Amino acid sequence: MIALLILLIPLLGGLVSFMIGDHKKWVGPVFLLAAGLQFLLVLLALTSWDQPELHRFSAAWMSDVGSSFSLSLDPLGKVLCLLNAVVYFLLALYLQGRSMQKPGAFYGWLLLAQAGMMGVFLATDGLLFYFCWELALIPMYFLSSIWGGPRRIAVTFKFFIYTFLGSILLLAGLIYLQSLTPEKSFALDAILKLNLTNTQQSWLLWLILPAFAIKLPLFPFHTWQPDAYEEAPTPVTLVLSAVMVKMGILGLLRWLLPILPVAAYQWGDVIMGLAVGGIVYASLIAWRQDDLKRLVAYSSIAHIGLMGAAAFAGNLGSLQGLCFQLFAHGINIMGMWFLVDLIERNLGTRKIADLGGLAQRSPGLTLFMVIIAFANIALPLTNGFVGEFLMFTGLLATKSNYYWVFTVVAGSGIILSAVYMLGMIRSVFFGEGPSQPLPPVKLSVQEQLVLLIVVGLIFVFGLFPQPLLDVTASYSDNLFKQIDISYLFKNF
Amino acid sequence: MNALLVSALWGVIMMFSGVAIKRMNVVRYVAMAGVAILIGLNVAEMKGWHLLAIDTTGMLAFDHYALLFNSTLLLAVFIYLVLSGSAMERIGAHCADYLALLFFIICGLLMVSAFESLLILFLGIEIITIPLYILTGSDKKNLKSNEASLKYFLLGAFSSGILLMGIALIYGARGSFALSGVADTIRVSNSLMLSGMLLLLIAMSFKVSAAPFHFWTPDVYDGAPTVFTSFMATVVKVAVFAAFVRLFDRSFALQINAWQAWVAALAALTLFMGNITAVFQQSVKRMLSYSSIAQAGFMLLAVFAMNTTAKEGLLLYAATYSLATIGIFAVLIRMKDYSFEAFNGLASRYPWVAAALTIFFLSLAGIPLTGGFLAKFYMIKAALEQSVWLVLFSLVMAAVSVFYYFRVIQAMYFKPVGQTDPITFDPGFTRLLIGVAVLLIVLGLFPQLLIGQLYF
Repeated sequence: MIALLILLIPLLGGLVSFMIGDHKKWVGPVFLLAAGLQFLLVLLALTSWDQPELHRFSAAWMSDVGSSFSLSLDPLGKVLCLLNAVVYFLLALYLQGRSMQKPGAFYGWLLLAQAGMMGVFLATDGLLFYFCWELALIPMYFLSSIWGGPRRIAVTFKFFIYTFLGSILLLAGLIYLQSLTPEKSFALDAILKLNLTNTQQSWLLWLILPAFAIKLPLFPFHTWQPDAYEEAPTPVTLVLSAVMVKMGILGLLRWLLPILPVAAYQWGDVIMGLAVGGIVYASLIAWRQDDLKRLVAYSSIAHIGLMGAAAFAGNLGSLQGLCFQLFAHGINIMGMWFLVDLIERNLGTRKIADLGGLAQRSPGLTLFMVIIAFANIALPLTNGFVGEFLMFTGLLATKSNYYWVFTVVAGSGIILSAVYMLGMIRSVFFGEGPSQPLPPVKLSVQEQLVLLIVVGLIFVFGLFPQPLLDVTASYSDNLFKQIDISYLFKNF
Repeated sequence: MNALLVSALWGVIMMFSGVAIKRMNVVRYVAMAGVAILIGLNVAEMKGWHLLAIDTTGMLAFDHYALLFNSTLLLAVFIYLVLSGSAMERIGAHCADYLALLFFIICGLLMVSAFESLLILFLGIEIITIPLYILTGSDKKNLKSNEASLKYFLLGAFSSGILLMGIALIYGARGSFALSGVADTIRVSNSLMLSGMLLLLIAMSFKVSAAPFHFWTPDVYDGAPTVFTSFMATVVKVAVFAAFVRLFDRSFALQINAWQAWVAALAALTLFMGNITAVFQQSVKRMLSYSSIAQAGFMLLAVFAMNTTAKEGLLLYAATYSLATIGIFAVLIRMKDYSFEAFNGLASRYPWVAAALTIFFLSLAGIPLTGGFLAKFYMIKAALEQSVWLVLFSLVMAAVSVFYYFRVIQAMYFKPVGQTDPITFDPGFTRLLIGVAVLLIVLGLFPQLLIGQLYF
């Protein structure tokens, strides 16, 4: 029942927001109310209402084609729903009082996107998963195309075409899986019971993987991403990079690895190679960026590359680290985008060359930036460290023959991330700066509050990661048994 | 049978109503009433109520599938008349005659979805196309309309000749016109039979504008008055598809190995030509004619797969494709300029019309939550059991289709209002358009509402 409510609140909130679009005074509070309710509900679902029977919902739907409307809040879903709710709640706080064109439609689309993403995180039916997967995309298309930067239409369209192509291949894969099940059902449980041959698994892997790889994005499917991140309005970029990319990881963890474990192992070297290669590639490009948004976009490709590699490394450490990092990366990159947005709105530019010497006039902003950047680099004490450390131990312990290559290459990515992050901080906050000193960046109370919460989350989960790790422990263990190749062959 | 009889009768009524009634909108209401009666009679027949007991000597069989298909078609015609009927008055002074011809076409449509004999198939197709030649050329003073009519007539007559030749060869091989007689299991296929079948395949491909027999389509659709293009591209096309499936399902199921590869090639080529050419169009009307070719490619997957899912899917496809295209044409008819730029900024002036149009285009592109998605889903599901490659190709082509459908959405929402003549949509029209859009979403969420009717 809770699972259904989690889906319905943003859906209804979005529709209400569209309807009251003319009353500009009310749309902001309605957005906050919907996001706040959602946050409360998810918190309750994780704590006092933590009973499995509350977390499931199933209703008859297109039974002719073997699909049902079934949702379930499993540990992975818990982490992602929490992330989604936290991000939207903080975003709603941050955006209060912001004036923009057609705010009703803007918040409405944002909430519909949240509903779509929640659906992806909760669905345990293949067709429902696909429905929500596409429905999360459509709001993003309108958000970026209407409120974005000068090149928004072409860039967003490229993004749309890319993801659409990926997802219809995913659809073909899902239909194929459905046709193989004896009861012709799209249910995840039925699909997991299939005994697929190696050839079938390989085929299906390359049908299903592109959808997730494009969403992440994994090198070389990433070309839409820097442009789309740059041109989308920053709140939308925030949602895209903090929450929406997690749809891809979830897809890998729930709809690819346990279904196609043998193919994932067979092709693991190739995919991990691409992923870690992408880390270095994106980091090098990020280093040379002159635009703050593009820099963060490329740094996001690098971080996601590590997560992709960890998914295919397929051992307990990497999976636990990945589950943790799903949450941590969302928080950290959200903080980054808040700061980029503040700089752009207050100073009117995000070109690194035009910025400089911000530290003297805006010490508060500088402090926040340094902490959040450290979390992004994954320094100890921050939440980023826990996830990346676990993923590295996992990568080192992977069964691939090239484990040391992957680890070394991915490790150099971490070093590079320090290089470009610190380089950016040096030239934006400490450098010479333009001849005309820039005005100070004044943070409003709510902006300070939001940033404080972000920093608080960074340290809380950096120092006490165990509660979150406990949530996913049984899940990772279970998944590990499903995908571990030695375990699989023992059962043969 | 009920609807077939009354549709012919109502055509005659329409002819005389032009003389008796001077006000054209009243004539239109008579036509709408006629279609409503046809729907009622057809639904009544599904429940087992017959107007007259007629022995067709096995030439026609209104089975459940045919009746449901006809009901869907008639509903689409009704929506078409309500949304776009008024545009007929602007073409010329003979509105009542156009409506009479429309009813004769309906008569043909009802025949081709229920034929049991090759003769009835030929008869039905001729009853459909001959009035269409006239309607295509109904804008008498317009050169393009005349050209389209002539082109359509020449190529239509040519393909009818091929159809007749095929029927003759098959009669030579089997000694029967009945579908069950053609599907004789005892006698093996001989060259006479196979060549007849190939000719029928070519003729039907002509009629549904499958590549490489599609060259007449863009010119005819573009030249015909838009209100009739809307009718031809939707209701007529899907009805001929129903005939296509019925013919090959009933008569040539045993020879599936002989024709399936050809249909696969036709489908692939149609998808390719339709989608790729549509991307480069500058006029929305022309884009929609190529889109109708592209959608025909998807519907050919039903002929290719020829299983239960395919037949269910074709029904859904017919409904969703017709509704969406009729809705888009209804808006297009009210515009003076058919270029993509004419849609610029429509969303800021008419948000509801733009929202409905967006749903129509999303449905044609096959985005979930719309009926168009499920229609494509059924087609893919049906064809996947037979050929993975064809399905993958059609999916890539579905992605290509996003290019041209979304151009209109981009113009409506993301471009500033242009310098074009102001368009007006009255509130009643807007509400109807939204109603059709809602219907598409309902079909996208609960396809059983339509498909479930098959099994009552």
